Amino acid sequence: MALTGVISPGYVQLRVLDLDEAIVHYRDRIGLNLVSVEDGRAFFQAFDEFDRHSIILREADTAGLDRMAFKVAKDSDLDHFAERLLDAGVHVDVIPAGEDPGVGRKIRFNTPTSHVFDLYAEMELSETGPAVRNPDVWIAEPRGMRATRFDHCALNGVDISASAKIFVEVLDFSVTEELVDESTGARLGIFLSCSNKAHDVAFLGYPEDGRIHHTSFNLESWHDVGHAADIISRYDISLDIGPTRHGITRGQTIYFFDPSGNRNETFSGGYFYYPDNPRRMWQAENAGKAIFYYEKALTDRFMTVNT
Amino acid sequence: MTTGSHRIRIVGGGEFSCGEGERVLLAMERCGSSDIGVGCRGGGCGICRVRVVGGDYTTGKMSVAKISETERAAGFVLACRVFPVSDLLIEVG
Ligand code: FES
Ligand SMILES: [Fe+2]
Repeated sequence: MALTGVISPGYVQLRVLDLDEAIVHYRDRIGLNLVSVEDGRAFFQAFDEFDRHSIILREADTAGLDRMAFKVAKDSDLDHFAERLLDAGVHVDVIPAGEDPGVGRKIRFNTPTSHVFDLYAEMELSETGPAVRNPDVWIAEPRGMRATRFDHCALNGVDISASAKIFVEVLDFSVTEELVDESTGARLGIFLSCSNKAHDVAFLGYPEDGRIHHTSFNLESWHDVGHAADIISRYDISLDIGPTRHGITRGQTIYFFDPSGNRNETFSGGYFYYPDNPRRMWQAENAGKAIFYYEKALTDRFMTVNT
Repeated sequence: MTTGSHRIRIVGGGEFSCGEGERVLLAMERCGSSDIGVGCRGGGCGICRVRVVGGDYTTGKMSVAKISETERAAGFVLACRVFPVSDLLIEVG
């Protein structure tokens, strides 16, 4: 096993204004399996994920992000990262097992952009996860947009370099790509990977902290991005932009909003990243092409709307 | 789906029609008008924040981080969550 330490994005907990409306969106439109509903929270798993859940929705009077979590390879990694976080001056809370169903103990920390992250090592396996003996491509044919997995989040805040620094120096992530204003050296977007993917989390500059720009789901193909677009039109889902492609990460993508206004992305493709790859960068004056490779222009909505 | 249509006028801007049971922001988009900013269309982002200065309406769920209870009482709403019950006069910004 070459991938050690933090191995993958695990789950995200989002606030929604109406849980029932949100369940229809995430289960029937995006196509996730509804695992359980308990105490005002709904838990979902994508059909190609092995673990119990990857999306948690909590009914609240605001939309937005509660927390995002990464899975580490083994339990002792939690102590290792807790120590390194403390050494870096980052406050750490230890959350005992049982806060979320089926999840072991967690290490919780905040970033300078006021985003809350959990690290955990153990989650129960899903009852509807992929087969492993003579595995069919799926157990039951996927619904809706046929999202294969929760893939990443993009988060908005002020000092994104300081947040990214924790991921690089403490959690051993790599910066795969960034959007830079060369005149000031300011980072406008930072894309980070703990794995072989072009990104597992991204930070985007924004005048207010603690915001989430989007929660993203992987699809199998560009054709599936078109299918997602058909579902968005058929069911009058609020469209942001797409189908299009990103210059950064090269993902083929479509953006839309859940019924509470949280932005979702479904995408396919993107390059593979290896830790010896040189860092890619886009100059701020080419931000249009970096973000929307075909349109070559940013939109106000994409840059300023978040929850 | 629209029973009875209401006239929505924007102070210092244009006007468009909105069915009862239709959301004001979506009616604006459908009519090709653009006086109000369009974001998430879900009551979460706050971009479509306006004040209704005349007329009756009902609202769906709106983020309290974008419209507080006091603001709501003063007529502030998120246009993507407003259903007109009569003709409306709306102030943007
Ligand atoms: S458009 Fe986002 S709250 Fe209305
Ligand atoms: Fe993304």
